[in-house]
Amino acid sequence: MIERLLEYNPRLANWLYGFTPPERGPVDLVHRRVYIVPARLGWYFGGTLVVLLIGSINYALSLGFALTFLLAGLGLAGMVHTARNLARIQVSAGRAEPVFAGESAQFRLYLDGRAAFDRPSILARHLRSGSQLVVDVPAGGIAEIVLQAPAARRGWLPLGRVMLETRFPLGLFRAWSYLEPDARCLVYPRPERSPLPPYTGEAALGTLRAQTAGSDDFAGLRGYQRSDSPRHIAWKAVARSEDLLTKQFAGEAAAELWLDARLLPAGLGLEQQLSRLAGWVLAADRAGAHYGLRLAGVEIAPARGDAHRSACLQALALYS
Amino acid sequence: MNHPLAPEQRQIAPRDMAWLVASLVLVIAPHATRAPWWLTLLTLCLYGWRLYFSLNRGPLPSRWLVLGVAAVAMLGVWIEFRTLFGRQSGILLLMLFSGLKLLEARSHRDAAITTFLGFFLVVTNFLYTQTMLTAALMAFAVFVLTATLVGLSAPQRPSRANVRTAALVVAHAAPAALALFLLFPRVPGPLWGLPQDAYAGMTGLSDTMSPGTLSSLALSDSIAFRAEFQGGDGSPPQLQRYWRGPVLWDFDGRTWSIGPAFLVEFVPPRGGRASYRYEVVLEPHNRHWLFALETAASVPAGARASFDRQLVATSPVRARMRYEVTSVVMPEPETAESAGVLRRALRLPAGSNPRASALAAEWRAAARNDAEVVSRAIAFLRQGGFEYTLEPPLLGQHTIDEFLFGTKAGFCEHFSSAFVFLMRAAGVPARVVTGYQGGDLNTFDSIITVRQSDAHAWAEVFLPGSGWVRVDPTAAAVPGRIEAGMARVVPQQNALPFMMRPELEWLRGVRDRWEAVAHKWNVWVLGYNPERQRDLMASIGVRDADWRTLTASLFAFLGAMTLVLLAWSLRRLARPDPVQKAWRAFCRKLAARGVERSPAEGPRDYTARAARALPAARRPILRIGALYITLRYGSRVHANGAAQLRRLVRELRLT
Repeated sequence: MIERLLEYNPRLANWLYGFTPPERGPVDLVHRRVYIVPARLGWYFGGTLVVLLIGSINYALSLGFALTFLLAGLGLAGMVHTARNLARIQVSAGRAEPVFAGESAQFRLYLDGRAAFDRPSILARHLRSGSQLVVDVPAGGIAEIVLQAPAARRGWLPLGRVMLETRFPLGLFRAWSYLEPDARCLVYPRPERSPLPPYTGEAALGTLRAQTAGSDDFAGLRGYQRSDSPRHIAWKAVARSEDLLTKQFAGEAAAELWLDARLLPAGLGLEQQLSRLAGWVLAADRAGAHYGLRLAGVEIAPARGDAHRSACLQALALYS
Repeated sequence: MNHPLAPEQRQIAPRDMAWLVASLVLVIAPHATRAPWWLTLLTLCLYGWRLYFSLNRGPLPSRWLVLGVAAVAMLGVWIEFRTLFGRQSGILLLMLFSGLKLLEARSHRDAAITTFLGFFLVVTNFLYTQTMLTAALMAFAVFVLTATLVGLSAPQRPSRANVRTAALVVAHAAPAALALFLLFPRVPGPLWGLPQDAYAGMTGLSDTMSPGTLSSLALSDSIAFRAEFQGGDGSPPQLQRYWRGPVLWDFDGRTWSIGPAFLVEFVPPRGGRASYRYEVVLEPHNRHWLFALETAASVPAGARASFDRQLVATSPVRARMRYEVTSVVMPEPETAESAGVLRRALRLPAGSNPRASALAAEWRAAARNDAEVVSRAIAFLRQGGFEYTLEPPLLGQHTIDEFLFGTKAGFCEHFSSAFVFLMRAAGVPARVVTGYQGGDLNTFDSIITVRQSDAHAWAEVFLPGSGWVRVDPTAAAVPGRIEAGMARVVPQQNALPFMMRPELEWLRGVRDRWEAVAHKWNVWVLGYNPERQRDLMASIGVRDADWRTLTASLFAFLGAMTLVLLAWSLRRLARPDPVQKAWRAFCRKLAARGVERSPAEGPRDYTARAARALPAARRPILRIGALYITLRYGSRVHANGAAQLRRLVRELRLT
């Protein structure tokens, strides 16, 4: 019930959880943000204490009192230790590599213990997806966690709320904290396979010939440029010389391919169009083509290489 | 939903199972000395069985098999004890259940609950013994149980680290535990009726005495009570250490018993040669009577006096009891006694012990008064060639005749019994008094320790003009008994309590030291009660502390304790890096001017962007960026780089 209440009252939730999402920069889990309640085992433990106390009174057992009180002290100290296991952790979000819609986004979080002691058994759970894992943060070190969140739609996918929980050291208490780091993952449209459009421009004829000859025909080596795909680096040649060399394939040099939304069959919805275009970008990149992207309001000049591919896919992902 | 930290969803790793089994073995170790051997063996087998399953990762035995084992074992306990609900049988069942519970334990939840069961078993040990040794062993067991719990919450962590954590948590728990122990308002128990065998095994004097009662008690080395003398005339000499206990009135030819008794208003005796003020710590004996030196001049709190000068507690002494009492030696005689009581002091069963009766009648006829009868009897015992022995021959129907004229060997119950019989047969009112005589004075803490082996019986006769007068027939027949103690008088071939053998003088020194410590333990730990609680509060200036004051102080302390722990948990952070601190201040300054660093932006890009955005401060911004990069990522160590960075950031003016 409380959760539903918070869902409808984000401001109440923000006040309660002690932060306003999304949180920029590293998130410091101050004590105020660490909540703690007895776990179910803690209630059993409490019941045990009550029975021990009654037994000690009934049989006038001085050492029974001593044990009961020692256990009560353990509960108290355990509570503080459990909160301490979580408090003052600093969480920073790492870069999340772009994914295609339908895949899982991999969000990286770094838990910095910032303490001379280790913090074992910390559960990190992505609330939206339920993806979770348990890590030990070493003393004076950082633990990396990767949370997987399904990316259903193109565009920016925010990480959303993450819960950190621990029950260390005695398992009697459950301490947790919510956080929502400002991390997001770019989601490209789901690529759809379809035949590439015809080559255009002055070298169209040659391109067609080259295509029939097969674009993978090795034509020679040239100096590496930053936009070249690593897949085309001649690694064997690199081993012999100091410079990076890129393999050149027949037909690459002159062919110019425009991936134009207008070439798509009429009657496709926007998302479908974007999916087709994404599929073309991948196919053109695989083919090593010199390609450009054009759709209403967006035009990316023809180029090749990973950076270009990313730029095209990003434009498609964020197209509106 | 799947929750990796939920204990019911975590399997027990072999390591944690080993810890659990080890802690349970520690906990049941003291029980093993009391349990029937087959039950201990069965429990250990169950532990071993579970450990075997854990190591081989095999499936656990079926529930039916476990239930079958449980049923058979319960039947065994029933055959052994004829009940399942007595104290002893209940504890043994609990011990058995720890094995059965372990056998069906799959998840961390089961394991944790088994450790809680372990805590229960620890307390059941205290029902039998609460010595320092037991406390130390159980403290260790509790520590291992705690380490087991820690291991369950961190299964991947090395055991060493878990043990360290357990030690830290226990250390942090100790102050709160001490505060609770001292301040938690103590309620006097019991809250409800206890099982009938709850107080079985407490030794001490009984309300009857027949040949053999005391001599078997005298073989026990266990402590009856301790007395600490304060002020007054110091501690009494050995000869005056008659600790009065139950007075026996009624004789059936073989057994003396207390018979009907009634309580009276206590009238302190007047006069007296010396007076002693002392505190007695009485071991529980499950009877009403308290012990005090003859003649008690006060009645302790929670006790009454009976018509025959016994001190009687209002409820049976089932926990170690502490009371203060004063006694005087040789007070002015009380010569008045009711006729009914005197008649009772003359009653004898008809026709028993004819020879002794005849002898008494002979004395009566020859003597001019009662005192002379008494001296004749003493003379008879002194010159009769009686032997004092812990192993008296068995006696038949006329026990007194056989002892006086036949075997002539006995323990104090024989002497006192025969003497009182002779007195009554001669018409002198007499009664048997049981109690303790002597006790060891510990040279380390000046406390007199009285053991069951000091149990003694003597007589009192009523003489006109003198009142009730103590006569110790044993002392008359065997003078050394009272002056030198039992050990020097009883023949060597008799089985003496081990510690009473004269050749073990050095060992007694060790024992004295140990017992001095044990006494402190008894008084301060085991005997801690509402009175001590009040004393403690009074010593810190809170008078007449009731449960409200105690609870308030307790909560105040626990609150403060938690705050201290919280402060500690905040303190134990690594100091922030000064370079990082200065850099953050720099970022804050720029952010205030609208240039906020995005999370993925490196220092080089960020300072470049800031320099473009704030061209007036271009140079210092780039300088700070370069210095930060050198300090943070460079391999060269900068002596005062951090200070320099801090200064630059402080002097940065963004207008």
